[in-house]
Amino acid sequence: MGRSVTLSPTSVHRTAGLTSGSAVRRRRSLWPYWFASPAIAAMGFGFVYPLVSVVRNSLYAGRFSRLDFVGLRNFKILFSDDVFITALTNNLKLLLTVPVMTVLALLIALIFHEGVRGARFHRTAIFIPYILPAVAIGLAFSAFLQFNGGLNAFLRAVGLERLALDWLGSPNLAIWSIGAVVIWQQLGFGVVIFLAALLSLPVEVTEAARIDGVSWWQLQTHVHIPQIRGSIEFFLVTEAITVLSWVFAYVFVLTQGGPSNSSTVMEYYIWKNGFAQGSVGLANAAAMVVLVLAGILIFVYMRLRLRPDEGGAMR
Amino acid sequence: MSQSHSLSAGARQTLLTLVTVICLAPLVFMVATSLRNPAEYALNPSGLPHSFTVANYAQALFDLPTMRWAMNSLIVSVISVAVSTTIAALASYAVVFGRFRGRSVLVSSSIGFIMVPPVVLLLPMFVVMVNVKLVNTLASVVIFYSCLMVPFAVFFMVNFFRTIPTELIEAAVVDGAGPVRCLWSVVLPLSRAALVTIAIVNVIWAWNELLIALVFLQNEGQRTLMAGMTLLQGRYSTNQPLVLAVATLSILPVAAFYFASQRAFVRGLTAGIGK
Repeated sequence: MGRSVTLSPTSVHRTAGLTSGSAVRRRRSLWPYWFASPAIAAMGFGFVYPLVSVVRNSLYAGRFSRLDFVGLRNFKILFSDDVFITALTNNLKLLLTVPVMTVLALLIALIFHEGVRGARFHRTAIFIPYILPAVAIGLAFSAFLQFNGGLNAFLRAVGLERLALDWLGSPNLAIWSIGAVVIWQQLGFGVVIFLAALLSLPVEVTEAARIDGVSWWQLQTHVHIPQIRGSIEFFLVTEAITVLSWVFAYVFVLTQGGPSNSSTVMEYYIWKNGFAQGSVGLANAAAMVVLVLAGILIFVYMRLRLRPDEGGAMR
Repeated sequence: MSQSHSLSAGARQTLLTLVTVICLAPLVFMVATSLRNPAEYALNPSGLPHSFTVANYAQALFDLPTMRWAMNSLIVSVISVAVSTTIAALASYAVVFGRFRGRSVLVSSSIGFIMVPPVVLLLPMFVVMVNVKLVNTLASVVIFYSCLMVPFAVFFMVNFFRTIPTELIEAAVVDGAGPVRCLWSVVLPLSRAALVTIAIVNVIWAWNELLIALVFLQNEGQRTLMAGMTLLQGRYSTNQPLVLAVATLSILPVAAFYFASQRAFVRGLTAGIGK
């Protein structure tokens, strides 16, 4: 079972038809359109229409009820708005969490692959944050990371008072604290993906390398990691899209973009301008920026998922 | 396995235990805090609790609209998963066993749409929902969620249907079955695992979603649990134990659902990645 999207050349229902009457044949070849039309309608309404609208509306300003054409003025205002620049910079800062979580997840997956006691328990504990709602996690962390919260209490108790910082209340730290929470939540996803890939590798190659007497480190870097490259690329791209455009809930619950906009991100900027402050034009222009950045990554993502590969896709 | 070729067993075990502790600590803190007396917590948020109480849970369940919001979340998740899975099953059957113009465009646009950030689609969808007077109704969220779920469901089911031998369908067709009959009586029964996986992944996604619910459901009574909890955060900012009791309640269904279906869930996540 490959993941390649080669399509079967003919319709089952048409080639297996026993009658050759033209009316019957025509009716038979129409059914795929009926079957596909709800999905086409859903994607047209849910994706194509809003995407086209956002491109068009980014050139308009005003209220939802009445928009006036302003050309590229929204973008001029946008890029001279310090808050948007901060938001964009913060999203780029969050991109730095992607290599961190990838390396950590890879290391943990390699340890699992090597074999440990209590693997099932550890695996579940590491994976569980990934499926929990970001809002609940945000609420827990916003209490945990308070200046007088659980984390600082622990740090003071073990004699690390100097590390007991105001994690969410300091303008320099807040976005990094959000980044840390994102790493905490996404790590398990990486571990599961990498471990699944490692477990599907042929044992013979590993055995051959061991017989050749390679070190543990060489075994990982020269034998295991190159073979799971596809999964690593997939994880990198998925997480880059995530931190660029799916972190609204964390920011909303942990900091509300504060203190004084220091931890705002593009999604939060769009929500605030579009729905709280009524600057629809700016919100649409910011959505365009997100779309362009995400679009580049989505293109790479599609290349990865459409690429035919040697290994099985689903097991 | 010779010792020189691997990280020592002790080092592996220690590293992993450390990671596990870091992953669980905030959750333990959340549950422990939710069991504390609010007055005591306010005086000493970081100290060890002297006593535990379930009063916060009683208040969360009986005095706050928690159950109502949870019911809204459940309705929204279940209906949108049912709708999107049906739509995707039909389309996937057409893609794999039928032939029509635009077939490969349908497949590749599904893959492309999987990762499109909802925030980009939000503003135009809001205008549409205002115009058709669906804002502040659960229907608006159900419609939007259903559309958002279709691409991944199509991608996943197309991959799965390809593993079903064409001969089975051909045999049914020779016996006089039409496409609806083939899908319903041959393909879907063979695809139970795929259907379960897609349903689990999407139910959890819908239950957890915040941004769309927050924008489309502005009346307090109509909120989903996630959107409702953000309201509590502001209203009870001085009563963290109560807020965390609601947060703990909100993760229970997700965790239970996950434990009941771990294998299917992981299969959904790793679908189509290869190595």
